[in-house]
Amino acid sequence: MDDPIHQFEITKLHEHPLFKIGAQEIYLTNSALFMFLAVGLTMLLMLGATSRRSLVPGPFQSIAEISYEFVANTIRSTAGEEGMKFFPFVFSLFMFVLFANVLGLVPYSFAVTSHIVITAALAIMVFVTVLVYGFWKNGLHFLKLFVPSGIPIYILPLIVFIELLSFLSRPISHSVRLFANILAGHITLKVFAGFVTMLGGLGLVGWLGAVLPLGLTVALTALELLVAFLQAYVFAILTCIYINDAIHPGH
Amino acid sequence: MADDAQDAGDPGDRTDEAALSARLRRLDKQLGRNPASQKSETGAPPTSAGSGLARGLRLSSELVAGVVVGVILGWALDHWVGTSPWGLIVFVLLGFVAGVRNVIRAAAMENTSGSRG
Repeated sequence: MDDPIHQFEITKLHEHPLFKIGAQEIYLTNSALFMFLAVGLTMLLMLGATSRRSLVPGPFQSIAEISYEFVANTIRSTAGEEGMKFFPFVFSLFMFVLFANVLGLVPYSFAVTSHIVITAALAIMVFVTVLVYGFWKNGLHFLKLFVPSGIPIYILPLIVFIELLSFLSRPISHSVRLFANILAGHITLKVFAGFVTMLGGLGLVGWLGAVLPLGLTVALTALELLVAFLQAYVFAILTCIYINDAIHPGH
Repeated sequence: MADDAQDAGDPGDRTDEAALSARLRRLDKQLGRNPASQKSETGAPPTSAGSGLARGLRLSSELVAGVVVGVILGWALDHWVGTSPWGLIVFVLLGFVAGVRNVIRAAAMENTSGSRG
């Protein structure tokens, strides 16, 4: 049976390094390639959709409009009208994660978001944005985020401390959730698909038995498509919720 | 629909353009109501194994994240201040509390905002 982890291996796509930063040689890897692909396809979709703006949208324009509406509604419902300042940020994150997830489902492709380096980088970006904007906008009032109202004074230090830990754990849960979902999904898919070939090697009885895992693989692929979308949505909505904390601390 | 009254207010000639603008207005009105229905359509998938798995991973990652932060902070404190093993012990417990707090908050958020995955 094939190693189900093998699909996550990072490989260099060419022999000689592109360039060097210090002593570090920079290669184009399969991960980088699919990141470029995700960004490129997003740009292509958006540019293609907005180049010919018609009153009755064509298919591409429809997709672009739906994704705009979707992200805009998400931001408005969680962070309010003020949150729309962050629309470009949230929209880029959402589209990047969505395209990376969906591209990863194509056979022989590479799931970029199955690496925690990528998701952690995105989550830390959100975290730093929240910190910087929170302190810039609210000054020291931002610290009210850690002081819930209506707490007796003798227990307050402990609560503040726990709130602080809870705040620090955000980038971790934010990144681990996306990474774990994609990783677990791809491994499950690979294992079930591996059963098909294993059973297929057993002759006629095996062939009949292989129908079951094959059906499951098809069902799982559909499920993974749902997860790919859902996780991009969850990533975006959590970003909105954290940004909401930066805009309105103190509750 | 409610736009019957508006149609009656229009000038009597039923040209294509009048009909079109009436339809556009009706579409606008429906779009104004749309966000709620759109969200329920795309945001909350039918309760299947998928959303259950997503929900489980979501809540468990909240808990684990709290503990991990506690471990990292406690370890760092022990390393730099030399309070081993008390920093780790205290911070893991606090991290666990923070993790539980995360889970409660996430679950409460899910409940208040409908059945959001």
